[in-house]
Order: sequence, then structure tokens, then C-alpha cells
Amino acid sequence: MIELESYLLLSAITFVIGVIGVLTRRNAIIVFMSIELMLNSVNLTLVAFSAFLGDPTGQMLVFFVMTVAAAEAAVGLAIIIALFRNKQTLNIDEINILKW
Amino acid sequence: MVDQILESLSKFLPETTLVVAFCLALIADLVFRKNRGIVTALSLLGVVVSLLFAFQQAGMSLSVFSGMMAVDPFSVFFKIVIGVSAVFIILFSLYSHDVQTTERRKGEYFSLLLALTLGMYLMAGAANLLMMVLALELTSLTSYILAGYTKEAGDSSEASLKYIIYGALSSGLMLYGISIIYGLTGATNIYGINEALSTGEVNEITLLIASVLIIAGFGYKISAVPFHFWTPDVYEGAPVTITAFLSVASKAAGFAMMIRFFKVSFLDSNVVDLPSGMWSSLQGFEWNSILAVLSVLTMTLGNLVAVWQNNLKRLLAYSSIAHAGYMLMGVVVLSDKGLAAVLIYFVVYLFMNLGAFYIVMLVANKTGSEDIDSYKGLGYRSPLLGVAMVIFFISLTGLPPTAGFIGKLYLFVALLDAKWIWLAVVGALNSVISLYYYVRVLRNMFLRDPEKDSGSIRFSVPQVAILLLLLVPTLLFGLYFAPIVDWANASVIMFGVR
Repeated sequence: MIELESYLLLSAITFVIGVIGVLTRRNAIIVFMSIELMLNSVNLTLVAFSAFLGDPTGQMLVFFVMTVAAAEAAVGLAIIIALFRNKQTLNIDEINILKW
Repeated sequence: MVDQILESLSKFLPETTLVVAFCLALIADLVFRKNRGIVTALSLLGVVVSLLFAFQQAGMSLSVFSGMMAVDPFSVFFKIVIGVSAVFIILFSLYSHDVQTTERRKGEYFSLLLALTLGMYLMAGAANLLMMVLALELTSLTSYILAGYTKEAGDSSEASLKYIIYGALSSGLMLYGISIIYGLTGATNIYGINEALSTGEVNEITLLIASVLIIAGFGYKISAVPFHFWTPDVYEGAPVTITAFLSVASKAAGFAMMIRFFKVSFLDSNVVDLPSGMWSSLQGFEWNSILAVLSVLTMTLGNLVAVWQNNLKRLLAYSSIAHAGYMLMGVVVLSDKGLAAVLIYFVVYLFMNLGAFYIVMLVANKTGSEDIDSYKGLGYRSPLLGVAMVIFFISLTGLPPTAGFIGKLYLFVALLDAKWIWLAVVGALNSVISLYYYVRVLRNMFLRDPEKDSGSIRFSVPQVAILLLLLVPTLLFGLYFAPIVDWANASVIMFGVR
């Protein structure tokens, strides 16, 4: 039997990795992958708590989070394609018409 | 079960109307390919009808769909603010160069606008963390798409990408906060959370971390520092109509959701010896001090950076960040008076901010530029526009006799009543800074000659009529404000809170 703490620790670690990925990676696609990682660590926390509390609400929430993540990825990729047609790049540092 | 759902549906008419209008607009876009004006008319009709239903809900205080949504004076107030601004945005779109030159995609534009309005309506009423996340995401996803609507323009798609990256990051943070809160309390309904927090022992530090994570989600929606980075870029890159809508309605929806979440979840209903109209947060959890710090940072940074801007849309973006800071002051004081002041400010802000953006749009249509330098001599090229801009900017600064003064006055009175004097001083100093950059634009309009010898600018009658619809309330509410104050005082009531 794995303790609740282990699940929470694992999800906290994946969440932090995701946040660091969003903040430091320069490729737009990898940034979106990092965001998926964040959302999946949220799912892990929810499922762990749900099992611990014996309450199905958390597992239901996970389905909604998954749907939201899919919708976000779809819109995000569409935006990346629109941008790529204009700039021919996915590097966030080169996407800099707008600043300060 | 079925009875309950049917009963709930009858209390859900404003939102249902928008869903129906959204579907009809999509179909009409496919069917009437020759005459896309039908989609515009349909979406305008949809929003107006949903507003009428929202007016009908006045005075109700109940929860629908097993506690998912609350229908109370508070949510009705915000639905009306959001609906009215949606009506104005649809009217603006009729004359927006960005929208009217993309004939083929106009149907999508208006149907997405309806979906965006629906998302904000849901945000205003959401009473469950699940519903809050879904409403927030519906609003965010549609605004990402609309911000990049003119996708051929490099700055528009860039704005869209920046928006979605910041937005997805903040909603990820917020979801993580929500998962922790769920773990701590075992509830997702905000009333359930309140019950669990006030009866059970909860680890305070964990709760604090979770709340800070959730504030990230709200802060991004109301563009509070340090979650504001997307605001200037998106405001500059997006079509002006969308910028205006995001600056008013999206902020209103974010505030509605944030106030409801904090007030209901962390309300301590066992404290008895409080003056009437005040409420208190649970022991050991002073969420309002976090918001006070955010408020000071937000207004100071917004105003200071606005001073350096040369693009008027970007200047208004920083000004809208500063206004979010002012409105946060009203939430910090934990009193009905402060809350009513925020609501009054939103009514006022709706007219003055939409007015300023409308003028930016009209000028950009004629001159093709949003630079402050292109406003040189505009006061002589079009006196009506010049005078209107003066009034909107004076109102944004908060000087009498305009509506902006009333908004600020009530905020400061609420602050002083609750003994938050240092915060009031910071707010007043910030208003002084804001005068500088607003006046810089006005100086260009009236005291500088046009760079080239360009003729006067004329506008059609409907364009002037829309301008007057925004201008007259801005002046009128500065002198005759009793109705808004009464309405706001009656609208602070939330379902399930004494």
C-alpha cells in the first residue's frame, strides 16, 4: 500500500517540473507539453485525494480537467499554426513584435 | 431529479438564450452565405433577450443545478454589466475595420462573441469550484481565439499565443490550488468548503498556499500584478473591439468570481459583535491582506508604466491594470460598503472605458494608427471626438463632474470607513500619476498641430449615436448617481450568506 504522501509528493514534483518547463523552454510546442504536465499532476493529486477521502467528486473533476486540457491543446496548436504562417518560427524569443 | 433540473432550467434563461443564439448564429453563418448581416442581427438579438431575462431575475436568491450555480442579486448585477457591454461591442463591431474586412469569418466572430458572453455569465454565477473552472476556461478559450481573430496580422497571432501561454499557466496553477483545497476540505462547493473550514482543523500553511495558487487564476483574469504580463500585449495586438470587451466584461466576470469565492469560502459566520454591513474572515486566514498587497502593486505598476507608453491601446491596457488595482481596494475592506463601491465602479468603468476604446477604434479606422503621435491636432480635425475623449479621460482619472469621480469617491469612503487609511493614500497618489499620462494624450489632441495638413474627420450618424450612448451616461452619472448607488447597494446580497 502506497501512502497518500507519496502520491502528493510525486504530483508536486511533476507540477514544479511543468512550471519550470513553461518558464524556461523556448519552443512553443514544448511549452504546451509542459502545461499538459502541470494539468496531469493536478489530475494525480485529485485522484489521490479522491481515493483517500473515499469520495468520487475528485475523480469526476479529473474528467473535466482532461477535457479542458484537450480543448486548450487544440486551440493552442491552432494558434501556433497561425503564428507559424506569419513568422516561420516557433521560438518564443523571436516572437517579439510586442514589448513594454 | 428531472423535476429539479427542469426547475433549475427555468431559472437559467439568460444563459440558455445565449446557448440557443450561439447555435443559431453558427447555423445562420452556414446557411446565409450571401448575407452575413443576419448573423450580426441574430447575435445582437440574443444578447438583448438574455439581458431581458437577466432583468427578470432581479430579486431572486437561490441556487440551481444542485448548488452548481447561484442566481442572486450579485450575479444578476454582473450579468447585466456583461450583457450591456456585449451589446456595445456588437455595435462597435459594425464599424470596426478589423471585423468588417474579414467578411468570410464574420459569422465565427459573432458566434464566438456569444460564447464568450455565455462564459462570463457562468463565471458571474458559479458557486462550485468545478463550475468556476469550466466557466473560466470557456471564457479564456474563446478569448484566445478572438484575440487572434485577424490572424493574417503578425501582432494579432502573437498576442493570441502570449495570451494562451499565460492563461494556461495560470489556470494550471489555479487547478492545482483547487485540488489542494479539495484534499483539505473534501468539498468542491464553496458553501461546503466554508463549512469544512469553520468546523474542522485545517493546516493553515497548506490553505495559504492553495489560496495563493487560486489567486493566480483570478489575478490573471482581472490582470492584477504579477499576473498581468499578457495584458499590454494582448490589448495591443487584438482587434480593438475584443480589447474593449476584455478590458470591461472579462474583468467584471473575474471580479465576480473572485469576490464570491473568497467571501463565501472564508466567511466567519460565528462572529457576532460586528458593525452591520461588515463581515469577517476565518481566524488565522487574512486573505484580504494578500489582496491589499496585490492592489498596491497593481495600481502602482499600472500607472507608472503607462507613463512611458506611445501606443494608445497599450496605454489604456496599463490604465486598465491600474483600475483593477483601484477596484481591489474595495474588496480588501471586507464590508458591504466596499463591495457596493466596487459594483458602482464597474457601472462607471463600463461606460468610460468602452468610450475611450471606441474613440481609439474610430481614429484607427481613419488614420490607420494607434500611436499617440497620430492624435496630434485631432481636437481640431474632429471637435466632437476631441471633446468626448476629454470627458472619458477626465472620468478615467476620477475628476468631477464625471462618473469616474463618483466611482472613486465611494471606493475611498469605504476605505476610510474601515480605517484602511494608508491604502486610500496610495490610491489617491496613484490617481495623481494617472492624470499625467491621460493629459499627455489630450495635449497632443488640442495643443499640437497635425503633422501633415490633413482635413477634418467626419462620422456617420449611427457612429455618433453610439458615441453619445456612452458619453451621456458618463456625464449624467457624475451628477445624478442615486439610482446606481441604490442598485449597487441592493446587489451585494449573495445566496447563502447572511
